[in-house]
Amino acid sequence: MFTPHTPQEIEEMVKVIGVDSIEDLFLKVPKEFRFPRLDLPEAMTEMEIASELKEISSANASTDDFISFLGAGAYHHYIPAAVDMILRRGEFYTAYTPYQPEISQGTLQAIFEFQSLMTELTGMDVSNASHYDGATAAAEAANLAYHFFRGKRRKILVSRAVNPQYRETIRTYMQGLGDVDVLGDEVGDESLSNDEYLLNMVDNDTALVMVQYPDFFGRIYDYTKLIDLAHAQGVLVAIVFNPTALGLIKPPGDFDADIAVGDGQPLGIPLSYGGPYLGIFTIKEKFVRKLAGRLVGETVDIDGQRAYVLTLTAREQHIRREKSTSNICTNQGLMALAATIYLSVLGKNGFKQVSNLCFQKAHYAAEQISALEGYELAFPDQPFFHEFVIKTPRPVNELNLHLQDHWILGGYDLSQDYPELENHMLIAVTEMISKEEIDEFVSVLSEVNHD
Amino acid sequence: MKTPKELRYAKTDEWIKVEGDEGTIGISDYAQDQLSDVVYVELMVEEDDEVSIGDILATVESVKAAADVNFPVSGTIIAINEDLADAPEVLNSDPYEAGWMVKIKLDDPSELDDLMDADGYEAYNQERE
Amino acid sequence: MTEPTIYELSQTGRKGFQFPEVDVPASPLPEDFVRTDIHLPELSELDTIRHFTNLSKLNYSIDGGFYPLGSCTMKYNPKINEEIARLPGFANTHPLQPMETIQGNLYVMYQLQQWLQEISGFYRVCLTPAAGAQGELVGAMIIKKYHMVNKHDKRVKILIPDSAHGTNPATSSMSGFEVKSLPSDERGNVDLALLRAECDETLAGLMLTNPNTLGLFDENVVEVIQMVHQAGGLVYGDGANLNALLGILKPGDVGFDIMHFNLHKTFSTPHGGGGPGSGPVGVSEELAEFLPGPFVTIAEEGDDDNPPFYGFYWPEQSIGRMKAFYGHFGVLVRAFTYIAMHGPEGMRDIAEKAVLNANYLMKHIKEDYILPYDRTCMHEFVVEGIPPDAPDVHALDISKRLMDYGFHPPTNYFPLIVHEALMIEPTETESKQTLDAFVKAMKAIAKEAREQPELLHNAPHTTPVRRCDEVKAARDLVLCCWIPED
Repeated sequence: MFTPHTPQEIEEMVKVIGVDSIEDLFLKVPKEFRFPRLDLPEAMTEMEIASELKEISSANASTDDFISFLGAGAYHHYIPAAVDMILRRGEFYTAYTPYQPEISQGTLQAIFEFQSLMTELTGMDVSNASHYDGATAAAEAANLAYHFFRGKRRKILVSRAVNPQYRETIRTYMQGLGDVDVLGDEVGDESLSNDEYLLNMVDNDTALVMVQYPDFFGRIYDYTKLIDLAHAQGVLVAIVFNPTALGLIKPPGDFDADIAVGDGQPLGIPLSYGGPYLGIFTIKEKFVRKLAGRLVGETVDIDGQRAYVLTLTAREQHIRREKSTSNICTNQGLMALAATIYLSVLGKNGFKQVSNLCFQKAHYAAEQISALEGYELAFPDQPFFHEFVIKTPRPVNELNLHLQDHWILGGYDLSQDYPELENHMLIAVTEMISKEEIDEFVSVLSEVNHD
Repeated sequence: MKTPKELRYAKTDEWIKVEGDEGTIGISDYAQDQLSDVVYVELMVEEDDEVSIGDILATVESVKAAADVNFPVSGTIIAINEDLADAPEVLNSDPYEAGWMVKIKLDDPSELDDLMDADGYEAYNQERE
Repeated sequence: MTEPTIYELSQTGRKGFQFPEVDVPASPLPEDFVRTDIHLPELSELDTIRHFTNLSKLNYSIDGGFYPLGSCTMKYNPKINEEIARLPGFANTHPLQPMETIQGNLYVMYQLQQWLQEISGFYRVCLTPAAGAQGELVGAMIIKKYHMVNKHDKRVKILIPDSAHGTNPATSSMSGFEVKSLPSDERGNVDLALLRAECDETLAGLMLTNPNTLGLFDENVVEVIQMVHQAGGLVYGDGANLNALLGILKPGDVGFDIMHFNLHKTFSTPHGGGGPGSGPVGVSEELAEFLPGPFVTIAEEGDDDNPPFYGFYWPEQSIGRMKAFYGHFGVLVRAFTYIAMHGPEGMRDIAEKAVLNANYLMKHIKEDYILPYDRTCMHEFVVEGIPPDAPDVHALDISKRLMDYGFHPPTNYFPLIVHEALMIEPTETESKQTLDAFVKAMKAIAKEAREQPELLHNAPHTTPVRRCDEVKAARDLVLCCWIPED
């Protein structure tokens, strides 16, 4: 336990305050509820809890022991040793939000660099200091579009090929705005392609169209036509992106997207069973006054020295109170720092390398698996980055049980989110998987089909 | 604190200069002082818009506050001050002249009776301190 | 003293980190989509390490010094938490792994749910919200849904005390409520008469922070809650100040219907320079069906030989998903470790020492600064940042000058109901020596305020940068590094 007070000190302090004992400080707490008994396990020492949790955690299957082909919104990438070394510095992780810039330049400059890296990555003009994750960033994109049109446009169109959890999150957030309709992702379209059917739904009551790139099934589409047509009707477009992909393929800014959001977990952040991750939120300059979340700007101090500060804070909840358009308070400070260090360590060359490795290995895997009897690519005509969908001869969960016996975590069972996609597995391949491991995966898949 | 005599003032710190059936609207010296350095102004109306009393005219942001400016009268917008977007600080330096926000054709001049004159506004400000 | 940016340090052609070569036959790149160039910095690993190490030295942190920030609970962040969160069995698990492969994770989450329920007195706790503000949003949305399901169409009004944190009204208005501010009385309590006047059929609920942002325990809290309940409203508790209540009072016992917790305040998980946080939400039995999912439940009971099998559960009338996956697992693990190391007595010890430290400080500081509410405080208290005989000096100046004395300033200008407020929360992990040193500094500054106010107006003098031009930052927006054209 971490309270330092000696009995002597307590006695002195209580005397200064002018009470007889510490209990006397709680007299305002209603007597019948005061000092309840807490039914918690007795305190453990550091050694004891470390031992217990080590045991509990080792019972889990992790990517240390298993080869993992799971993606679907979180990806297993290599994290350079340098990243955690810096993150462990108490000056970064035990620092508070940088409201006092004079003693927070470390945090502020790091976030400024993060913002810069994100705009470079996405080809957009401005990035904020981050959101909670990709899903909430997507919801905030819808929020921004709604407020941009001052509530006069009430439709948000979302492609069915956007991550299902992101779409659910957007719906949850849009509830509070009244009669906003989130549409476009109903079951029905056989080929699950993005462009045509969404375009048919765009009208002048539409605030935003949202698509994903690469989409949830790993496919890469050219959104130029979609965006041009949407813009012609005055509609905003948001693209949900995967950051690693942007080392190899054109960024959302090249398509003239208004908003580009995504999850930065692949950039030096551990899988950590789903969180904390990193919401990336980038926009065209014209939306900067509508931007939710923290923002770091460059300025000078009274000596003329360059300095960084939190800026445009009047937009935020603590000043606008009930007039603010969003209640977001935290950014994911430490995760944004991790991404900044990751991209700095990798640099231009390293980042292009990792992106290429993912692409090449995924394509090799796709080729090998689709050559097996009973397995085929679900979308053979679409280019993809590091994720692809395989139609399997048996239910995915059956295959995965079998794969587990071989220390392999198979891909994601798409039937959980897309009822018409029974026996469809979403497979992700990253730089972490060697050719031998891919061959092993292929071999087990082949074996299962012949049982 | 300047309070030009010929203007009328709302409790929410907007001023209006009336000439015939047209008015020019802005925010008072007291208001800009409360806000301190204005960094951004967004006018929420365009020419020919029809507005009612209380509708939002603009949002004004300073480093430490954000405030809405509201219409003290109803009418139709004749002109808006486009210069405010690039030089928001003029609201601080010259709130009654160069800092004008919109020109409006009044629907109902009797609405002016509910506004304060310069002396009334000054007294109101004393109360608030 | 400026550290260059990563772009300024970058040298074209410099290579740092290397990955292994491609070990599979090459596949053609998608020509239509290939990116022509990407402007990322080019640094050696040493450049990067040095850069971030130097940046870290410009930061104040809990590990470096005292942070008396009211409402933030800047307590010590135990190092063992960092080790535990990094255990590969936790850190290297993918959120979509099959249930049977991550029972350890579910066990931790289930226990944490149980422990938070026990500490707070709520029927059920959900761990998914990413931060306090998101937890609040959940609270507001649950109130909304409750009234909707019960067909209370008229109930659109949320009451919020004027001392409340800005997220409270922002959240309410984001959820479609009308916000009505409720003034406090002269003792800092919710004004009962004014509250009674608002208790009508339009009342959806009250958002209450207790202790409030003045650090005061509402002397009528039971009556306040009863009044709102009798009028058909719900009471939401902002749990930011829970540090004063651990083992002292269970909010669920006095009638709160919903409350969010801040694991990064009360439960020692690090602030990280602005996140990640975690904002679990506790609710009464009646509201449990509205919680966002998913949360952990026992899918199959265990027996003498086998542990229980855990699974996820989505309540029937859930308000919906708040974010992807299950919450900030990495943060939850740290909070679990913290609670496990404290046990029931440890929990109470935290609150007792936090309140002891605050009252001790208050007794000393009120000798030189005006204390508007002079009664026993809880874990924090508020003074006016204008010393009585130095009217030209503001809370801002006191704050800036404190940095020259090696302290992070207290919370400034909040709550709004105290003029030039300075909100001070020492937390329980600070020693008497540290508190005495802080008092000494505050006294010295009060003296300087009287005798040498320019020292304060121009403070800080000894920090890495001095007062910053925030107006320039907002007018001439520069939000990215200058990147040289190739």
